[in-house]
Amino acid sequence: MKFTLKIWRQQGPNEKGGLATYEADEIGPDMSFLEMLDGVNQRLILAGEEPVAFEHDCREGICGSCSLVIDGVPHGPDRGITTCQLYMRRFSDGVTITIEPWRARAFPVIKDLVVDRSALDRVMRAGGYISVNTGGAVDGNAQLIGKEQAETAMDAASCIGCGACVAACKNASAMLFVAAKVSHLASLPQGKPERARRVTAMIEAMDDEGFGSCGNLYECEAVCPKSISVRFIATLNREYLRAGIVESGVPADPETPHAESD
Amino acid sequence: MMTLDPKIPPGPLETKWDRRRFSEKLVSPANKRRIKVIVVGTGLAGASAASTLGQLGYEVECFCFHDSPRRAHSIAAQGGINAAKNYQDDGDSVARLFYDTIKGGDFRSREANVYRLAQISTQIIDQCVALGVPFAREYGGQLANRSFGGVQVSRTFYCRGQTGQQLLLGAYSALCWQIERGQVTMHPRTEMLDLILADGHARGIVVRDLVTGRVTARTAHAIVLATGGYSNVYYLSTNASGCNVTATYRAWKQGAAFANPCFTQIHPTAIPPTETYQAKLTLMSESLRNDGRLWVPTAPSDNRPPDTIPASERDYFLERRYPRFGNLVPRDVASRAVKSLCDEGRGVGPGGQGVYLDFSDVIEQQGIDVVRERYGNLFDMYRRISGEDAYRVPMRIYPAPHYTMGGLWVDYNLMSTIPGLFVIGEANFADHGANRLGASSLMQGLADGYFILPYTIGHYLATAKVPLLPDNHSASQAALERVTSRVKKLLDAGKRRTAASFHREVGRILWDHCGMERCETGLKLALQTIPALREEFWRDVAVPGSGDAFNQELEYAGRVADFLEFAELLCYDALHREESCGAHFREESQTADGEPQRDDVRFAHVAAWEYRMDGPPVLHKEPLTFEFVQPTTRSYQ
Ligand SMILES: Cc1cc2nc3c(=O)[nH]c(=O)nc-3n(C[C@H](O)[C@H](O)[C@H](O)COP(=O)(O)OP(=O)(O)OC[C@H]3O[C@@H](n4cnc5c(N)ncnc54)[C@H](O)[C@@H]3O)c2cc1C
Ligand code: FES
Repeated sequence: MKFTLKIWRQQGPNEKGGLATYEADEIGPDMSFLEMLDGVNQRLILAGEEPVAFEHDCREGICGSCSLVIDGVPHGPDRGITTCQLYMRRFSDGVTITIEPWRARAFPVIKDLVVDRSALDRVMRAGGYISVNTGGAVDGNAQLIGKEQAETAMDAASCIGCGACVAACKNASAMLFVAAKVSHLASLPQGKPERARRVTAMIEAMDDEGFGSCGNLYECEAVCPKSISVRFIATLNREYLRAGIVESGVPADPETPHAESD
Repeated sequence: MMTLDPKIPPGPLETKWDRRRFSEKLVSPANKRRIKVIVVGTGLAGASAASTLGQLGYEVECFCFHDSPRRAHSIAAQGGINAAKNYQDDGDSVARLFYDTIKGGDFRSREANVYRLAQISTQIIDQCVALGVPFAREYGGQLANRSFGGVQVSRTFYCRGQTGQQLLLGAYSALCWQIERGQVTMHPRTEMLDLILADGHARGIVVRDLVTGRVTARTAHAIVLATGGYSNVYYLSTNASGCNVTATYRAWKQGAAFANPCFTQIHPTAIPPTETYQAKLTLMSESLRNDGRLWVPTAPSDNRPPDTIPASERDYFLERRYPRFGNLVPRDVASRAVKSLCDEGRGVGPGGQGVYLDFSDVIEQQGIDVVRERYGNLFDMYRRISGEDAYRVPMRIYPAPHYTMGGLWVDYNLMSTIPGLFVIGEANFADHGANRLGASSLMQGLADGYFILPYTIGHYLATAKVPLLPDNHSASQAALERVTSRVKKLLDAGKRRTAASFHREVGRILWDHCGMERCETGLKLALQTIPALREEFWRDVAVPGSGDAFNQELEYAGRVADFLEFAELLCYDALHREESCGAHFREESQTADGEPQRDDVRFAHVAAWEYRMDGPPVLHKEPLTFEFVQPTTRSYQ
């Protein structure tokens, strides 16, 4: 197979970028999209040019490094996968493919297709944890957690932090990312004590980082490689509301009055 | 002269760790604030260590080359983590986990270390649950378990097919908390390129900021390496593409002993390689062997589609050779069996590099839904890569380099031969002997990081009392000079061949001569070819761009350069070990029916290698003594 690639090249964060055209020949259908780019880069290197910078590590859809917008869609045309899980058999021979970086105010370009996603780490730091010390934890079975509850937590926890949700959203909102983390911890008994503080802090950090607001268009869910459901955004909104009530001093959950205000 | 003192506490196995903890000196809380510790790596080992050290009050500086600590290679672990909880009441215990691990490692690890690991295993699960790790649960709400290759009890905890990711997110979230509290300073996209040594102690590291290219010296009272394994020396492996040997290798060149480098695990169930452009091999979880049956057609060149081959003309080779364990034999045993069949020309698929892993029996007996629930994500992954539907046709699998038991030598306190340099996780050699059992690496990484290192490092800090190295010390300057001149050399080379092509070639040499089966002539040949290849690399490698900017090719070329040196060390070690044990199979050392022959008289030792600038590495031996278990022939027949 043979493709024409239009790839975003940008020397650095403050440099102007633009699309450059490359030909990719002798591509096999069983080649992965990233292996195809590897091939292009090998040729560029031998020609004395700088290879196209892009991120990758695990190459099996779990680390969240790879992050390409392919023909306008984060992670490309297939649902529920990352860029590294995309294979060339998905494309018709001879087509032109446009490859761009994640675009969002909170994700400045470092070089070519590599962006700085550290804003997501800072949102996590604001509250995406349970503050327990190492040692002295009670037995893992001391608190029973129903299978369904555990499955819900796992559904939310499966977020790989790639940021495709942000790249897909026209407001560059990180709501799905934050929703996944907040829902994961809020649905487990261990995460309950800090629920209110967590959601408030994470939403505040998200706003501070320059992520936009949610427009309820659900583009995020459509590109999420782990198919994380937008229903977690509803959970997030509920948690946020609830936190407001808790902070105002009114008992939020009748069964545990003042659980968090004292 | 290098000495290897494992510092194992005397007395009964069960109380060694308790007594060690009691006899260790503690650092007073007020002093901890003034003590700086560097942790390199944020996988399970590094993230758990850095967060715990931060919580204890040390000032921690943490580094990783990834853009975020959460992306360390540990995320890729699918299968699970072992712990001797005995929740299933199926006869598990600390002693049994200990014994399985020692035996699985073919009696090439230290009893004391392995026993401690088994003891701590139960605490790990509790800790992870407390951090919000969403382990699989039973309907009644209890933690669920599965069984995993090579053992007969069900002691593996898991989170769907994402155990590593979830455990790492737990440790990463703990790390986030300590960063927020100001106890840990995180430096992502920063690569350690050398170790700073002064007065015989580890005093700092040299790092390169991968975005700006700036090279700087960072000093501390102690250094912890948690930089993972080196399977990528084989080029194709199941590891993430960034995994490399640089941090541990450069520490070796500064005097840390490297132990058992030739103990490299080849995992039996990866998707077979197909083309030369292939960048990595994808693991299919070992748990598949719980239900899948391995076979090849009995007749060598039987090209019929698998479902048309009747049972009588199939060779279920593991079940035939190892009736007691069948498809669940340990990894090394399964891998070798697969490879030798393929070498005999009995493999299936392109190039005859593959055997079938067949689920039709379990689908027939238990229904397709059960199989889908258990392995759905793996079957999806297989289809995406191979284009085939494993619910209808058997998977094809082939062995792939996967894990490295070897690593920097450490004593019972996880300190290397350089005082002040600690090594944890896959980067050290400590607990898995010549072969690692499934689901025990996550356990070891977290045991080291959460529960062992934070104690043992305290003793060093309380007793060594080495001050912080002053700025611009000559030792830092020398290390900086080593790094910058190397970067320059890479950029100035001839630009005729890509780093990847060298990487592929050295990987091929190792796979052929120091892979699953090794022999003297092959190893000697490898030792001859590698230096020539290395010379060519430094002459011809093409690294475009500059050193003071974001330059992925420069990063990669530096890692390949280290692989090209390290490959030789691997071969020296394999050559010296004239026995077959665990993952290390010497063709000269086998029984009449092709089973490995261990030699406890000559080789019951850890091989720890010392770097020499002017010649081949020097071997030191740490004898392994077995007081509590009797080394037996590891028979799975
Ligand atoms: C596909 C796959 C599946 C697996 N499944 C399982 C399983 O089910 N159960 C199990 O127990 N084990 C499993 N393993 C093994 C296990 O995942 C690893 O052994 C383990 O996670 C290693 O953890 P670590 O913390 O030692 O290192 P890693 O997780 O490899 O972390 C290394 C860290 O060091 C950093 N680093 C490295 N070099 C440098 C440098 N020079 N400068 C700065 N930073 C550096 C990296 O950025 C990273 O943060 C699996 C492995 C693979 C490949
Ligand atoms: S490279 Fe890890 S998810 Fe794509």
